[in-house]
Parts: sequence; C-alpha cells; structure tokens
Amino acid sequence: MNPIKTFHKGGVHPEENKLSANLPIQDFPMPKQIIVPLGQCLGAPADCIVNKGDRVLTGQLIGTAKGFISANVHSPATGTVAKVDVVMDHTGYYKPAVFIDREEQDEWAEGILVTDKLLTDIKLDSKQIIDKVKECGIVGMGGATFPTHVKLMVPEGKKAEYVIINAAECEPYLTCDFRLLLEKTQEFLVGVKILMKAVNTDKGIIGIEANKMEAIELLDKTINEHKDLYAGIEVQPLKTKYPQGGEKQIIKAITGREVPSGKLPIETGCVVVNVASTYAVYEAVQKNKPLIERIVTVTGKSVKNPGNFRVRFGTPADLLIEAAGGLPEDITDVINGGPMMGKSVSVTNFPCIKGTSGILLMTLREAQDRRQTNCIRCGRCAMACPMGLQPFLLHKVAKQNDFDETEKNHVMDCIECGSCEFTCPANIPLLDYIRYGKAKTGAIIKARNQK
Amino acid sequence: MNKYTISGSPHVHSTENTRKIMYRVLLALLPALLVAIYYFGWYALRLTLVTVATCMLTEWLIQKFLIKGPLTINDGSAALTGVLLAFNVPANLPIWMAIVGSIVAIGIGKMAFGGLGKNPFNPALVGRVFMLVSFPTAMTTWPKAAPVFEAGFFTDAVTGPTPLGLLKEAGVGTLAEAGDMQFLDMVLGNRGGAFGEVCAIALLLGAIYLICRKVIDIWTPLSILLTVFVFTGICYLVDPTQYIAPWYHLVYGGLLLGAFFMATDMVTSPMTTKGKLLFGFGIGVITVVIRLWGAYPEGVSFAILIMNAFTPLINKAFKPQVFGVVKPSKK
Repeated sequence: MNPIKTFHKGGVHPEENKLSANLPIQDFPMPKQIIVPLGQCLGAPADCIVNKGDRVLTGQLIGTAKGFISANVHSPATGTVAKVDVVMDHTGYYKPAVFIDREEQDEWAEGILVTDKLLTDIKLDSKQIIDKVKECGIVGMGGATFPTHVKLMVPEGKKAEYVIINAAECEPYLTCDFRLLLEKTQEFLVGVKILMKAVNTDKGIIGIEANKMEAIELLDKTINEHKDLYAGIEVQPLKTKYPQGGEKQIIKAITGREVPSGKLPIETGCVVVNVASTYAVYEAVQKNKPLIERIVTVTGKSVKNPGNFRVRFGTPADLLIEAAGGLPEDITDVINGGPMMGKSVSVTNFPCIKGTSGILLMTLREAQDRRQTNCIRCGRCAMACPMGLQPFLLHKVAKQNDFDETEKNHVMDCIECGSCEFTCPANIPLLDYIRYGKAKTGAIIKARNQK
Repeated sequence: MNKYTISGSPHVHSTENTRKIMYRVLLALLPALLVAIYYFGWYALRLTLVTVATCMLTEWLIQKFLIKGPLTINDGSAALTGVLLAFNVPANLPIWMAIVGSIVAIGIGKMAFGGLGKNPFNPALVGRVFMLVSFPTAMTTWPKAAPVFEAGFFTDAVTGPTPLGLLKEAGVGTLAEAGDMQFLDMVLGNRGGAFGEVCAIALLLGAIYLICRKVIDIWTPLSILLTVFVFTGICYLVDPTQYIAPWYHLVYGGLLLGAFFMATDMVTSPMTTKGKLLFGFGIGVITVVIRLWGAYPEGVSFAILIMNAFTPLINKAFKPQVFGVVKPSKK
C-alpha cells in the first residue's frame, strides 16, 4: 500500500456516519411509470426526440445533447411514452421530462450487449472511446454532473499525464462508490484502463480515503493478481478529511500540483473522473450500454433500513425511502446528495437522475439552523477553507453587495464545500452569502467579458 | 407542499459554538483562581465575584436598555472579562474601584463598539489600564502571598513589592539579597503580584488544556515568550549586573497570563499564523522595553493593547495564500 497522502490547506472532519457501508447493492424494482428528466447534467437539457404514444426500448436514445456542455438521455425502461411534460425535480423547479408507462419485461435497444461477463479487451481507440462516452450520455456522477466526454477531450497543446479516479467519497453518509468498488472491482479497473487509453496516458491513480481500507486492499490485491491487465494503475490512500474528493484537492494531494486559479484541471496534466462514471464508461465502451442506472445510497440516522440501491433513472425518490423503511417521524430535512454539498428538497417524489448519489434523511437535531451570534473573528473559517480564502470577509462584502471586493478576494475560487460554515462557532451562514456573492460576481465578470 | 426545511448546504455543523469556547477558557482559568484563593484567601474570591457580577450586569443593562437587542449574557464572554480583570489587579483592591473598572471594561471596552466581536481592544485590559492610570497607588500596592492555613482566610494581607517592582526600584542586587528570586516560589505563585498571574504552573495547566481543545493555538504565546526570552537573554548576556536572567522574565509579572489568556483573545488578535507570530513578536518587544527601560515595572497590558491596535493592519498584510494563485513550481 502506498503511504497516505492528503491536501494540506484547510479541511474539516465531519462525523463520517457511513451507516450503509456494509450493505450490498440491491436491484431496485421499477414502478409502473417512470419520469425521466431531460436535463440530467450540468449545462443545457437534452432535446426530446420522442412523442406521446411512441414505444421506447430500454437504452434507446430519447433526448439528444444540445450544445457543447450537454449530454444525451436514454430511456431507462421499455414502455410507451405517456406524455412529455414538466416535473418538479430535486432543484424545486419544474423541468421538462418524459413520462414512460413501463412494460414488465426489459427489451433492450439494438446493439446493447446484455451480459454480466467481464470484458477486458479494449477494442476501441481513443477517439472512438470518447465518441462512445458522449453517445452514451455519461456525466460526472459525484454530483456535479459535468459531461465526461468534455473532460476527456484534452485541448490542443495540453497533455494528460494522469487519469485520477476520484474514489475519495469524502461526503459523510454516502457509500455508493465504496460499494461499487467492492462489488464491481474488475469492471471498474477495466474502466480505468479505458479512460487511460482515451486520454493517451499510461498512468492511472485511484485516490481513496483511508476509511475505506477494505476497498484499498481489494483493489491492490486485484491489480497485483492481474498485473498484465491493469498495468499502470495505482491505488493511492488519502487521509480521511473533507473535502479530499474536491477535484482540485485530490489533484493537489496526489500530484502536489495546484490547479491555477480560474483554470481547468488539465493545466496540471490531470483528468479526474468519478468511480460511478468510470464504471459507466466500462459499460458504455465494452457493452455499448448507455447510462440509465446508478447506485443510490438511502441513509440517515433514524432511517430503519439504510441501503445502497441500483436504481434506474426516473424512479421517484419516495419509493426508495419507502424501501428503506419509510420516512421516520422526526425528519425535517431531505437532502439530495451528501450532508456537506447536497441540496435540500421540498418534496420527496423527485425522480432520481444521473447526479443522485444519495438520499439523506436528517433529523431536526442534526440539521437544525442554530442560533446565529456575532462573528468573534476567530479565523476558523479561514483556517478551514481548502482554497485559502477568507470566508468571514467574503460573507461581509457579499452582504454589503460590494462585488468589486468579492472579486478581489477571489470569490470565484470558492468550491462551495461548506467547510467554513461547518466550522463557524457563531453559526453564521457563511456559504449562503458567499454563494450569492459568487453568482453576482460571476454575472458581472461574464458581462464584462462580453463587451 | 413545503413539508421540509429548505436550506443551503452544508446541512451538518460542528458542535462548536462561541459559548463553549468561552466556558472552556473559564475552566482553564480555574486552577489559577484556586491557587489565588490559596495564597490570597477571601480577597481573591471576593474580588473575582464582584468583577464577574459587575461585568455581566453591565452587559445585561446595556443590552436591555440601551441597545435593546438580543441578550447574550449567558455566552460567557462577560464573565470571562470579569475573571481576567480580577486576575490583573491586587487582591486587596477596594471593591468600588473594581466595580468602576468592570463597568469601564464592559461599557467602554466592549459594548461601546457594539458588543462581542466588535471591540478592537481586549476589554479586560481596557478596564485594567483605566484603573492603573486612575488609581495608581491602589493598583500598585500588592499584597504578599501567604497560604490561607497560615495566614487565615479573612486576614488582612501584608503588602509588599512585586519582583518586577523591586527590580525597577532597587536593581538586580537587592532583589537577589531580598531572597525574592527563588525560581521555585515564582513558579508556584508564592510571591506578590496581581493574584491571577502569580502561579505559573496553574496558568500553564490551563493553557495546555486550551491548546489541546484547540480553543487557542500555540503561535501567539510561543512568539511572545520566545521574543521576551531572546530579548532579555541578550540583555543578560551583555550585562548580568544590570539585567536579570531571561527565565525570570518569563515567570515574573503577568507575562504568562497575558500570553496565553489575553493576547490569544480571538476578537482582538490576528487570524493567520504568520500574523499571530508578528503580533506576538510585537507584544514581546514592547513588554521588554517597558519592563527594562519604561516608567512602569510591568508592560504586558500596554503591549497587548498596543498590538491590538495593529491587528486590523496585520490581518490586511497577512492574508491566507489563495489556492492556485501563485503558479506551482515546475516539476
């Protein structure tokens, strides 16, 4: 095992609460009707290409990517399009979606290989891999849902030295990536090889937090047993510290390089891909299977049966909550994602999509807004900030609508990890104001650049 | 429809809060208070109770009737100011003076600026320096330490000079002759002085607790103590007949109390490590200059107050290094 590495600037250590770490992935049965949102990625929603009454097959393209940063959407089930309408998704807004009345049996679209057999032979070349990833609608499944094929297209004049697999899973509670690593180890490793081939490098590094020893050991063992297959892949244990899985933090921890302010990770020669996305790449490239399902962790301290479920997109979240033993009485917050960066939702029947890594049910005691007191200038927020910002200052100037100052103090470098607010002894909603300042400042910068 | 709370991330929070921080500092001061009661009896306890009560009452009255804002009397910060103020004065100080000092500390030192977190100067020190310049005689008439079971709990204390006072008036030779340079007595607290500052061991015990609980970090006190040690060490090496050895300077006067409990006040000290080091260096230099060549025998209070004034500038000068702004060195 490699010695443990970490990033050094800032960071916090919230309670880990990995309640569902030992629970195997269960296949979740689909309901009669599924609702597939067309906007499942960062960027523009897909254009719908099916009409009411059309029969669609499992894995069939139903929405095509619109614009550079956008991803295709495929049908997660076989059935008839009931309507193309809007649905309230996890953001709380009504978004266009395809409603599909499902048939009992999956009928797979043409060209998709339905098998559980491990396929290690990578037949496609770099360009074909990227095209396939694009075609299959793969996005970053850690939560940000940035289209993966865009990441893999290394710009002219740059070179990718490393493929870094982000398996840190630094968010408390979430265990979906951990379970996937344990249960689909070989498929995942082939996926890493595919990514390495796509960006033409022979170095792949899997960064995992040291609280997932089981996965680290299993991966190390598998790589050692199949040296010929997985040459060039290394497992790098990382210190259990939030936000170890931040893209910039994981690059810094593993390579010691810092992504320059305002630039993309490729500047450091790194392409960072999430675990679930890597597995999706395996399925896309080896089996021609588009991204139609993912692992979702349903968890929470008062949840009866927390679990990791393999869920087809479009399945409403309330069914998952029911499967986990129903909604406990004392729940006040329902979070889509983890507790540090997830979004709270107002309804529980939002459809699961590509970015739904977890559904977290929190009690009042845990998630309650505590009473805010005066800032005592302790500087803990600045010590906790992994980006070296001064959250107390950004909070103040954003509150005053002084967007020259927010820009000068690098508000755009904020990764919204929430470490500052987590650590603040005065319970000041620092990140809320910083996010506001960031949005306003971003708009001003954009307008200025267009002139 | 909106059954659930909608809020921005993060949805979990550390269990730290301001009140816990303040109570931990109070707890850390408890050993020093117990030692003070041991050496100064009833006077130490009485004075502490009076200043704490006055500080809390002053804050409550101002919040209730002047500011008409939320009451934060139970956050422990007013009580802490009271304890620190008491720790910095002679045990036999007349009660009315202590009350005036407390009102000044909270009223002018803290609430006039808007309360907790807004004051540029350490309130306890504002109160102390106010008393020092207003009641110079009472504030420099120090009772001699005498264990309670020998002297009695309610007995009037015998007054006598502090080691630093002696040093200022009579020079190094006399101090040695008077037998007042017993290092062990200095460390245990068996000496004259403000009653909170006398026992180095009790103060260090509290300081270690605070550092372990991460209430304060080591940089400010370390920088102060190192600066004082090196500076007075150089003087000692130059002329040992004129100056005393540097280790005495560390345990004399209010240096430990100031370094660990007052210079580390979050509100009035810099935020970054580099800033803290500079802040501590400034306090150390000013303290030594006042002790060796100033009119007063002791200078920690003034030094901290002066450096408090520089805190905003230090914060401006030493900002944290922003991630990715300086280009990483080429591999």
